[in-house]
Amino acid sequence: MAEAAPEKKLPVDDKIHTWPHLVRMEFLVALFVFVALILWALMVDAPLEEPANPTRTPNPSKAPWYFLGLQEMLVYFDPWHAGVVLPSLIIVGLMVIPYIDINPKGNGYYCFKERKYEILTFILGFHILWIVTIIIGTFFRGPGWNLFWPWQRWDPHKVVALTNVDLPYYFGFRHYWAAAAFGTFAVLAYFVVVIAGFYWWVVRVKGKDFMERWGMVRFTITAVLLALMLSLPAKMFLRLVFNVKYILVTPWLNI
Amino acid sequence: MKLLEKIKNDIVESHVWKSIFRHGYEDTPRNRVMMVTSNVFLHLHPAKVRRHAIRMRFTWCMGGLTFFMFLITAVTGVYLMFYYRPVAEYAYADMKYLEFDMPFGMLMRNMHRWAAHAMIVFVWLHMFRVFLTGSYKPPREFNWIVGVLLLVLTLLLSFTGYLLPWDQLAIWAVTVGSNMARATPLLGYEGPFAEFVGANPIYDARAFLFGGGEIGPHTLLRFYILHCIFIPLVASILMIVHFWRIRRDGFSGPSL
Repeated sequence: MAEAAPEKKLPVDDKIHTWPHLVRMEFLVALFVFVALILWALMVDAPLEEPANPTRTPNPSKAPWYFLGLQEMLVYFDPWHAGVVLPSLIIVGLMVIPYIDINPKGNGYYCFKERKYEILTFILGFHILWIVTIIIGTFFRGPGWNLFWPWQRWDPHKVVALTNVDLPYYFGFRHYWAAAAFGTFAVLAYFVVVIAGFYWWVVRVKGKDFMERWGMVRFTITAVLLALMLSLPAKMFLRLVFNVKYILVTPWLNI
Repeated sequence: MKLLEKIKNDIVESHVWKSIFRHGYEDTPRNRVMMVTSNVFLHLHPAKVRRHAIRMRFTWCMGGLTFFMFLITAVTGVYLMFYYRPVAEYAYADMKYLEFDMPFGMLMRNMHRWAAHAMIVFVWLHMFRVFLTGSYKPPREFNWIVGVLLLVLTLLLSFTGYLLPWDQLAIWAVTVGSNMARATPLLGYEGPFAEFVGANPIYDARAFLFGGGEIGPHTLLRFYILHCIFIPLVASILMIVHFWRIRRDGFSGPSL
């Protein structure tokens, strides 16, 4: 099916001299951005607030804007997971991309058709889960990390009812260990369903011989990372629609 | 015109000029290659590049601009370092001094900060572009890893610099940003299983980052050294690797 893509006619040697072609462009672009930066710096001052005071915590306290996606994740997961495990996995997940993507097509040119699932996954992870959470954290979070529309006054005394409950509670598990067992089951079931579903999807859409070429190691890494990435929107959905606080509650950690 | 020509020739053929530039510039293919290969800065580039690879539509120029922002922050950062002392008693006063008394102090500070923010945006866009063109595919897999490390270092550079003004914005943003470290499994005192390791508020992952149990003067010095020396050094080394590998592997493009 990919053979149908129109063959671009390229000359045998399409190389041009770095000097002057590339150097000229670099110079002009750098000059343009430099002027823009100077104008920006002349017009907008860097913020400087009152001196540091460890005894006065501002409300809300926000991390630098590029980390607000992580801070927003803290709403849905505990700090050990949202602040440590998931960021580490984001970095690892980015690093393994070249090794789990064995599609030889789309190397060195723009093409959506030849690698649409790769591109869609990247857009989900980067644009939706990373950029959108930054926008929410920056513009829609006020005192107490409560949600505010940009035109609403930040009311530090806004009362938000704490109605979140743990998932096992929903299903009637009130006893401590029964609830923990149910939570463990729910978390494991999530991974089994996502990984098995992904396997089924790969075999069905990409075919058996693709699966063979891909190999179990690549599949497993991809499936686990995918399940972890999807766990964020899954938990957001459970929280926002069903007020679920935790899925698994144990004395040591909560998910 | 004759006179101008003569003046130009006198300059270009003088002893001094020749000692610096060695050879005149005739626009020949050989000289175009030599301009790149005999210049220590330009020879980071290959002598020839694929025509399509330098089209704006293709490259977006984001990698180069990220590096350019790094250079701007390095230059303005040196200027700021002349007037700034990373000591809790002086840091904030030095910021005021810098803003109101130093010639171009405010401009240098603004440029430093906005260039740092721009660097983050540019490095994200660079990553997005490299992903869209599949430029991480063989033989460039490892360079993508180096790029991810540089992305992390860019964020850390900006984050460590955030503390230095020593105002309310700085310490609370860094407090919030670093608090996660105390929840590190095993190594943070609030993290899961910390009791088995014996992590406590003054001896855990966050205390290692802060140089103590709380954010304080020791943190300021620590972040200053990370910001001005350690991370820029590591990032520079990785940038050398990153650029060198681009030069070896060539710019990505459709196979001929």
